[in-house]
Amino acid sequence: MAKTEIKLTVNGQEVAGTVEPRTLLIHFLREQLNLTGAHIGCETSHCGACTVDLNGKSVKSCTVFAVQADGGKLLTVEGMAQGGELHPLQAAFAEDHGLQCGYCTPGMLIRAQRLLQENPDPSEEEIRWGISGNLCRCTGYQNIVKAIRNAAQAMRQKEAAE
Amino acid sequence: MSETQTETQTETAAEREAALGGIGCDKQRKEDARFIRGQGNYVDDIKLPNMVFGDFVRSPHAHARIKSIDAEKAKAVPGVIAVLTADDLKPLNLHWMPTLAGDTQAVLADEKVHFQNQEVAFVIAEDRYAAADGIQLVEVEYEELPVLIDPKAALEDDAPILREDVKDNDEVGQGPRRHPNHIFNWQSGDKDATDRAFDGAAVTVMEEMFYQRVHPAPIETCGCVASMDPVGGRLTLYGTFQAPHVVRTVVSLISGLAESNIRVVSPDVGGGFGNKVGPYPGYVCAVVGSIVLGRPVKWIESRIDNISTTAFARDYHMSCELAADKDGRITGLRANVLADHGAFNTHAQPMKWPAGFFNIVTGSYDIPAAHVTVDGVYTNKAPGGVAYRCSFRVAEAAYLIERMLDVLAQKVGVDKAEIRLRNFIKAEQFPYQSCLGWEYDSGDYTTALKQAMAAVGYDDLRKEQAEKRARGELMGIGIATFTEIVGAGPSRNCDILGIKMFESCEIRVHPTGSAIARLGTKSTGQGHETTYAQIIASEIGIPSDLITVEEGDTDTAPYGLGTYGSRTTPVGAAAAVRAGRKIREKAKKIAAHMLEVSESDLEWDVDRFTVKGVPDLSATMKDIAMAAYSNLPEGLEPGLEVVDYYDPPNMTYPFGAYICVVDIDRHTGEVSVRKFYALDDCGTRINPMIIEGQVHGGLTEAFAIAMGQEIVYDEIGNVLGASLLDYFLPTAVETPHWETDFTVTPSPHHPIGAKGVGESPNVGGVPALSNAIVDAFAHLDVTHMPMPHTAWRVWQTCHELGIDK
Repeated sequence: MAKTEIKLTVNGQEVAGTVEPRTLLIHFLREQLNLTGAHIGCETSHCGACTVDLNGKSVKSCTVFAVQADGGKLLTVEGMAQGGELHPLQAAFAEDHGLQCGYCTPGMLIRAQRLLQENPDPSEEEIRWGISGNLCRCTGYQNIVKAIRNAAQAMRQKEAAE
Repeated sequence: MSETQTETQTETAAEREAALGGIGCDKQRKEDARFIRGQGNYVDDIKLPNMVFGDFVRSPHAHARIKSIDAEKAKAVPGVIAVLTADDLKPLNLHWMPTLAGDTQAVLADEKVHFQNQEVAFVIAEDRYAAADGIQLVEVEYEELPVLIDPKAALEDDAPILREDVKDNDEVGQGPRRHPNHIFNWQSGDKDATDRAFDGAAVTVMEEMFYQRVHPAPIETCGCVASMDPVGGRLTLYGTFQAPHVVRTVVSLISGLAESNIRVVSPDVGGGFGNKVGPYPGYVCAVVGSIVLGRPVKWIESRIDNISTTAFARDYHMSCELAADKDGRITGLRANVLADHGAFNTHAQPMKWPAGFFNIVTGSYDIPAAHVTVDGVYTNKAPGGVAYRCSFRVAEAAYLIERMLDVLAQKVGVDKAEIRLRNFIKAEQFPYQSCLGWEYDSGDYTTALKQAMAAVGYDDLRKEQAEKRARGELMGIGIATFTEIVGAGPSRNCDILGIKMFESCEIRVHPTGSAIARLGTKSTGQGHETTYAQIIASEIGIPSDLITVEEGDTDTAPYGLGTYGSRTTPVGAAAAVRAGRKIREKAKKIAAHMLEVSESDLEWDVDRFTVKGVPDLSATMKDIAMAAYSNLPEGLEPGLEVVDYYDPPNMTYPFGAYICVVDIDRHTGEVSVRKFYALDDCGTRINPMIIEGQVHGGLTEAFAIAMGQEIVYDEIGNVLGASLLDYFLPTAVETPHWETDFTVTPSPHHPIGAKGVGESPNVGGVPALSNAIVDAFAHLDVTHMPMPHTAWRVWQTCHELGIDK
């Protein structure tokens, strides 16, 4: 099958790759770039384990072709911590026990960081709607919601202080 | 003595204990550091040099004869390396494999397919895309056969015979059978005594209940990477295994490789819930592929493969009768079950228990006589019968008895809490011998239920319900006061392939005062790296932060039977405690030498041995650790390292009291869970934060089962809804808010009194939800409604009652 060159920015780094037109973004990330944080849990866009941030939107990378990301700006869980410091969401997930097996966690975190950019002070109901594209079988979501609320508060306080 | 001793002496014992991070504290999880950074190492993350990818051609038919398989076109696809069929596996005798239930299972369909999506051929290619291309081009010609979906029809005289390979066998591993589609008959209890209880009963009730076929569906599906080293002759098998040591033994038995030449590794596992206990055809095909090609072979299930082929749960058609006196005190219980095991009997439970521990069905109640029978049958459905977040068949039993208590309460006209209080085993009756043969270790059910009723304001809720009923509104209050049986189990009655169901722990203390512990269990999200470290910290006085816990590598961990059936805490944690105590015994000898006193002069004090009556004279574990390698008494061997294998004397019996309140829209059938209160008693609590998290998760899985999960087949065996488009996994929006609470009734036979908790909320949550929904209709003489309670089904009840307008 003919292959295509793509170039994009992933976690602030410029990367290039050669892919088939049918290559899914998740496979490009995991198998060519060795970014295995995002996972595969279904093939129907339901579970959200593969969620990454593409051009400022949360996308399910198991139903996006790699060629669709050509020229784009991508953020994955591996790019959330900055300068060795955890993103407030990462810290809150650990603090509030917002994860168990950890498989949904990268998708959940990357979705939550976009949610908090869209709405820096979400209510519990807004958080629950905001992460409803990401499934978790272990936590029952309660501590995930708590972690996102606490992270939102920490981020607002930090911003106010700056 | 050292300077550290002088420094730490200023700390109180309580401060030193807090510094350990031991049993009872909300310690943050060690494993989270990698998971929140996307640095977990799950099986599909493994990438080995020269690795290739295998996947299955699957049957579109539920029952058909294979007339021919033509793989030539597939082999011509660029990137396709090989196509394996049953005929290729026959010379190796690997086309069938033994199941953990004494049956056999086709690895690749041998002449016939028995269920839709059964594995027919294994295509190996350079990558997953080429494998998918190859699969499309394997041409299989089938001759369709009559399909059996209904387990009752399967036992009729003229039913088509499904398993021709075993049709003439008197048994298929679990006792005599009476029909070619019959797998086993299992009975428990005293039939005559039970008949007598019913003969003279003032009240009897009877109800038929179907606990539908569901699937554990962890977010990570099953998969493996098999890597045969053609030079050294050593096989490494990475995979999503809840029981890696058992997998090594099974691989050795079916491949003929020595166990010393097999290394099984469970890396991080993305949830298990019973799905990842047994061996699957994908593992065997990957191993064979790697042996044949001399290259690593990866196999990863798709979601549809997962839900439609590996490890369904439940599918129990149950009928139950209770006999009682006029006040509702139960005098007898009868239960008959038709168990649909699908095409092969591949349940994964202790081998002497074809229906698991279903005979815990007398629950929390003092029932003098009971008799249960379970018949297993073959149908043209996916094989299995696993325990989905429960001990073996305990979920089915708890659902049945908890629903039946409500049925009885309605018949007698007694409140549903009161019927439970009247029938509970009393606290003073423990250890309690159940009429079906179990010895319940400890419990206090009355206290638990009363605490729950006070917490939710039970009496006020009943008043509100009465007011709402008067206005024509539907409100239900569901109670479940369940008892689990977990921690398989004692060697006298629990084994897998003859291997007793013990657990093991090895602890090695390093010279500078830190340690590594290795265990035979395997975390699939429960946080073992943290909780085992807490347990060991409390036993050996070394901070949990300085104790590394490793599981899942059979080359390094001692043999264990794995994590399922809530057995990690009852069995694995007990081994950890005992190993810790053995460390302390040796440490005491070394301390006596260091302090120049006799062992009898020493007492243990949090993290050190102190000379009795001379608190200033002590040796800390940190110093003892160094002495174990540098300053030993004559005759004592160097090092500080032990291993313990623990054979539990009994199961443990966690219990709980759950109360659920629902409001139902009679026009649409929509159910809203207004309140869910869960009180769990799992004995001694190791990490309350982790317990609470597990209860949240278990309740959410219970909600999924009660409200929406069901794997349905049409009459020709098509599985309807095996993707997440149809199979219900609740999102954060549907999931209710959970309130948790606890009592502590330690297990008397466990070294620290702990019982296990991860599965209780699933076991108790389902009947609590179901009871709440039926309770909303109880005043309209409804005694039972089948799960799952989707809006459509609940509306049907409303419609039949004429209250939907």
